[in-house]
Amino acid sequence: MKSGGSKLEQILEQGHFAVTAEIGPPKHADPQGVIHHAHMLHDYVDATNITDCQTAVVRLSSIASGVHILGAGVEPIVQMTCRDRNRIAMQADLLGAYSLGMRNVLCLSGDHQKFGNHPTAKNVYDVDSMQLIHLVRRMRDEKLFFSGEEMKGAEPRFFVGAVANPFADPFEWRVDRLEKKVNAGAEFIQTQCIYDMERFERFMEMVRARGLDQRVHILAGVTPLKSWKAAKYLQTGVSGMIVPDAIVERLKAAEDAKAEGVNICIEQIRYIKEHVPGVHGVHIMAIAWEEVVPDIVGRAGLYPRPKL
Amino acid sequence: MIVAEQKPLAEIADMIKDCKKVLFAGCGGCVTVCLSGGEKETEVMATALRMKRQLEGNPLETVTYTATRQCDPEYVEAMADAVKGVDAVVSLACGVGPQYLAARYPDLWVIPAQNTAFAGGSKEHGVWEEFCGLCGQCVLHLTGGICPVIRCSKSIMNGPCGGSQYGKCEISKDVDCAWHLIYERLKRLGRLDLMREYREPKDWSKARDGGPRRITREDVMIG
Repeated sequence: MKSGGSKLEQILEQGHFAVTAEIGPPKHADPQGVIHHAHMLHDYVDATNITDCQTAVVRLSSIASGVHILGAGVEPIVQMTCRDRNRIAMQADLLGAYSLGMRNVLCLSGDHQKFGNHPTAKNVYDVDSMQLIHLVRRMRDEKLFFSGEEMKGAEPRFFVGAVANPFADPFEWRVDRLEKKVNAGAEFIQTQCIYDMERFERFMEMVRARGLDQRVHILAGVTPLKSWKAAKYLQTGVSGMIVPDAIVERLKAAEDAKAEGVNICIEQIRYIKEHVPGVHGVHIMAIAWEEVVPDIVGRAGLYPRPKL
Repeated sequence: MIVAEQKPLAEIADMIKDCKKVLFAGCGGCVTVCLSGGEKETEVMATALRMKRQLEGNPLETVTYTATRQCDPEYVEAMADAVKGVDAVVSLACGVGPQYLAARYPDLWVIPAQNTAFAGGSKEHGVWEEFCGLCGQCVLHLTGGICPVIRCSKSIMNGPCGGSQYGKCEISKDVDCAWHLIYERLKRLGRLDLMREYREPKDWSKARDGGPRRITREDVMIG
């Protein structure tokens, strides 16, 4: 094992089809919701992502939430965006997170602050997600700070993740960028929410053609939809998302849209697991709807989770 | 050029509300080219504020002067007569001008008439866009002549990020994704290899992060 004890790494290295889910921290200082969700997901996922002020909205910090989740017996995947910290703060947080028991980090650019509740904030982007991946790996493998200075004491040994968005443009560049992330040191990848299965399959064909599925663990991102309006919003209002009309229509026609949203999500997971080679797991992003995850995992045939 | 946009007239009026006599100082440099602070704009602003104050029954005396540039000591020196007897000077130069005036005339109250926006150029008549991030370490030879430092909303060096769609940036459908442009250009030039290369974190100490910058060239120094 390369990390300092990541359960997710072991699950993936042993060839299991991994299940991760997302927990969104609250917009206040009470951790009970995070702890509640962690208990709820305990038996159903291998690890949980803790978002880092997603959509640039201030929330209880990813690392602090990770401590609460760890306390509830669930493995956290700390997300770290490049939007809010310079390289000094990033490294301080990486050292701190590792010292507090975090073993997985997901490196991402982060949504522009325009979308959040502090649109007049200054953004940082001192390093980008590609550089963060490379430097977190170098910290672990060569015991070097980002500057190249040697680390005298214990180095943070993270299992290093990154994201990929097969639905952003230019489409043909997306596999190149994934390869660049793998070369930079990404060990697992979580994708943007998949609704356009045909495009995802084309993406995965290119991934396999380059042998990238042999070099990195790809977890397919899925998000259950609550309503046709939510689907429509993702379709038209969020850059880098593709939602086919068929999904919007199916939710519109459904008597119980929420139940149908869950059904769609389960069908997607089953389809990906059975028909899309090279995918090593699923990442369920039930946004502000964490309680639906156990049902999805159960009915998708992913329960019980492997014991290590 | 440096592109600047005039502050709202009401804001400027408020800043000079206690003044009886004001010098409006235009600049013949960038702000003349971007039509916000040249001779013509200076006359228009002085006239507008004089009329406003006249209508309010609180007359304002105005003087106008347009320097060749407000960013060179010799031209600011030449304003010595114009600043005499005024309560304040409203500078229509970029942010450099008011500072040169303040430094040269320590007893003079200096007011900026402009919001200095960016280093850019005109796209069409009446439209200006930002092109240079003034980062102090140009990378345009690696990016097909398109600047990721300032034209990418996240200044990323290994783009495009996951928010790029249909050639546009995630922040707005009116903003081109710089990395999409870089991709198209490098593809056309057969140089996508440049984009596949990992780009190291930038040395921001060459930008404003390293503190106020100074360039010294002994070859052009006098004496």
